Amino acid sequence: MSDATASQTVSTRERFRSYFFALGMLPVLVLLAIGFHALTGKFITVSNLSIVMQQASINIVLAAGMTFVILTGGIDLSVGSTLAAAAMCAVVASFWPLGGIVGVLAGLFAGLVFGLANGAFVAGMGLPPFIVTLGSLTAVRGIARLLGNDTTVFNSDLPFEAIGNGSLLGVPWLAIIALAVVVASWFVLKRTILGTWIYAVGGNVEAARLTGIKVSLVLLFVYAVSGVLAGLGGVMSAARLYAANGLQLGQGYELDAIAAVILGGTSLVGGVGSIWGTLIGALIIAVLSNGLILSGVSDIWQFIIKGLVIIAAVALDRYRLKGTSNT
Amino acid sequence: MPDPSSGASPALEMNGINKTFGPVKALRGVNLRAYGGEVHCLMGENGAGKSTLMKILSGAYTPDPGGEVTVNGTPLPHGNPQEARRRGVAVIYQELSLAPNLTVAENLFLGEEIGKGWRVDRSEMRRRSQDVLDRLGVHFSPDTIVARLSLGDRQLVEIARALASDANIIVMDEPTTSLSAQEVAKLFEVIAQFKREGIAILYISHRMNEIFELADRCSVLRDGTYIGSLEREELTEDALLRMMVGRDISTFYTKDKAIEVDDHDIALRVEGMSDGRRVHDCSFEVRKGEVLGIAGLVGSGRTELARLIYGADAAQSGKVFLEGAEVTPKSPSDALDHGIVYLTEDRKILGLFLEMSIADNIDMCVMEQDSNGPGVRDLGAVRARAQKAISALDIRTPSSRLKVGALSGGNQQKVLLARLLELQPKVLLLDEPTRGVDVGAKSEIYKLIDSLAKQGMAVVMISSELPEIVGMADRVLVMRDGVIAGNIARAPGAPITQEAIMALATHADTVGGSKHQPLTEGASA
Repeated sequence: MSDATASQTVSTRERFRSYFFALGMLPVLVLLAIGFHALTGKFITVSNLSIVMQQASINIVLAAGMTFVILTGGIDLSVGSTLAAAAMCAVVASFWPLGGIVGVLAGLFAGLVFGLANGAFVAGMGLPPFIVTLGSLTAVRGIARLLGNDTTVFNSDLPFEAIGNGSLLGVPWLAIIALAVVVASWFVLKRTILGTWIYAVGGNVEAARLTGIKVSLVLLFVYAVSGVLAGLGGVMSAARLYAANGLQLGQGYELDAIAAVILGGTSLVGGVGSIWGTLIGALIIAVLSNGLILSGVSDIWQFIIKGLVIIAAVALDRYRLKGTSNT
Repeated sequence: MPDPSSGASPALEMNGINKTFGPVKALRGVNLRAYGGEVHCLMGENGAGKSTLMKILSGAYTPDPGGEVTVNGTPLPHGNPQEARRRGVAVIYQELSLAPNLTVAENLFLGEEIGKGWRVDRSEMRRRSQDVLDRLGVHFSPDTIVARLSLGDRQLVEIARALASDANIIVMDEPTTSLSAQEVAKLFEVIAQFKREGIAILYISHRMNEIFELADRCSVLRDGTYIGSLEREELTEDALLRMMVGRDISTFYTKDKAIEVDDHDIALRVEGMSDGRRVHDCSFEVRKGEVLGIAGLVGSGRTELARLIYGADAAQSGKVFLEGAEVTPKSPSDALDHGIVYLTEDRKILGLFLEMSIADNIDMCVMEQDSNGPGVRDLGAVRARAQKAISALDIRTPSSRLKVGALSGGNQQKVLLARLLELQPKVLLLDEPTRGVDVGAKSEIYKLIDSLAKQGMAVVMISSELPEIVGMADRVLVMRDGVIAGNIARAPGAPITQEAIMALATHADTVGGSKHQPLTEGASA
């Protein structure tokens, strides 16, 4: 009996802790928005929030893929380069006389291929994800430049430009896609067998193997997801710009995506975290960027502040891990 | 050799040492005394508390308040490894603690480098290392990289490190586990030399022959309690075995009656299982409804054997037959498909997903059954299954959504068992099924195992707790050094005894009390 009450209090504490860290960043987001509004007087307006959503959308999509990878205890540093290569593929394919959808499919397919390649090295050969994706960060960047002969490819008649600039009932398509990705990710992670395996592999890889889970299949899947979503990010980015550039596009995006995941409370060790947290994390980064611009902070200082936020996020991760091991 | 009774003051005195880990009392009021120039052996079953006691001495653990450790007449502060080392206490652990990438000399002075300010005086370190190595009479130079040395030589480096820090109390925790016969002989020479130099040696071992060869005195721990000490003249195997296993067998769970098993109903047959390292040519069979105990000391290859059968590690040779047909699992998922399940000895590291809910943990192997649509989980079905298991196994939890990590050890173990039972297995390989589990949950787990066997499952139960093996098993295999050393069957009127198991596990052929079997020709104590 006292056993049950003891575990009851433990569970309340546990639950509080998990809420604290899933929602824990939501108050930060709200406070940031209110703060910037107080500072500039024009942050919380329909048009500005719509811009924030648009700016956040690509990072949300990348960070969703990154959440899958980080939940298994891995990392994908190549998403920025993959985004650039996929955008190149999408724009190049948009010239083909087969209709607008081909460009989109080309971008997604390119992302899938690069993701599967990462997954094959990590899952098949057991190489450390950091090293594999650090390599593909560089290699895929080279491929992206190769695809357009190191120039900017431009299509003023881009058939799928509505993705980047259109809206549905006043909501930008970019934002709708990003939210759809989040909802789909939530479904896969929390409602499917595969999702449960992802948490299991990240939580305890040796136990997962002994439980009969095909660990390499799970790893292949998460890197493929990250690749496809980076490909989607490439399509979105190309649609917005009517163009793609292999050298500049997506530079440093992987860091924003990782920062969003960590800000969202997903543990870098794996096994713990949620896609909703990632959404909030990505919004915090977007609000910071937008708010700092509105406040007239120079872009040099924007870099410094964003960097410090990432460090603060890692510190939070540490604190959280310490918290759980104590209980 | 100083005579303890003559009133010489002991080099080490431990009084009233208690240590609790959560709900488990690892040590209860243990006293120990060791004198310079004597080898004091410490014996006891696995988990009796020997290593815990030594970790308290070295400062790695802090004992519960009230206990006292006195070194050379002055009290030693608790939980302070630096101070313990400074006062001359050196512990040589089972798992070697050397940095393999560094040289012997660097290892000898690791953390206590000689030098001025921030500069390391390498030539002085090398010179002093050479002195110590000469004293030990070893053949390798201080500049050798440790990774290039054999295990035996590494052990000698550990001992040299103790000497380099001017230790006068040296603890050796099963130092011969991985040594060859020559290396053991060399080690015993070194120990003899230490005795002459007046160093107190605490020697932990399971091996009777070593005890008889070395011990001036031998103390026995059982279940964290100090049982008593024997002087060298009093040492007999019989006396030691009796002290180690005690007489209170009946307080434990006892099988109500031997189960009638049909010889034709062989569920699992293992043939010539070897991994080339820790397991050598093991063959046995288990019948339906039978509980087969596997006993043996830690490191005797029991877990390794179970993992080979389960396909968790790659076997070098060997076959597994299930109901007469060869299955020989290549991977755990292969084994699970055939209905062979394995309960790991370390549920937290190898079994459970502590951050996941009880329901998810129970459902982990049968998720396909609880899904509608391709791969989409039916959370209602998952929860219903979990709820059924929770009441069937009496898992104490307010909700199946609770994280497994929040449960007590016994309830965690039941969750892990529940996961395996959902597969409705034919063969249960249980590795230390009651480790770290409180007494109440233990007896529930015993009852559960018993009822599973009665339903016709074949149960293989690895355990380090002899009373548990004796109480539960219809038949016991004893492993020693990777081979099956013996097979003891329960017969009417002739119960399996702990003494018989211990004798097989420690390589004492007769329980009657033969003394002094020299281990190697060259060694002299």
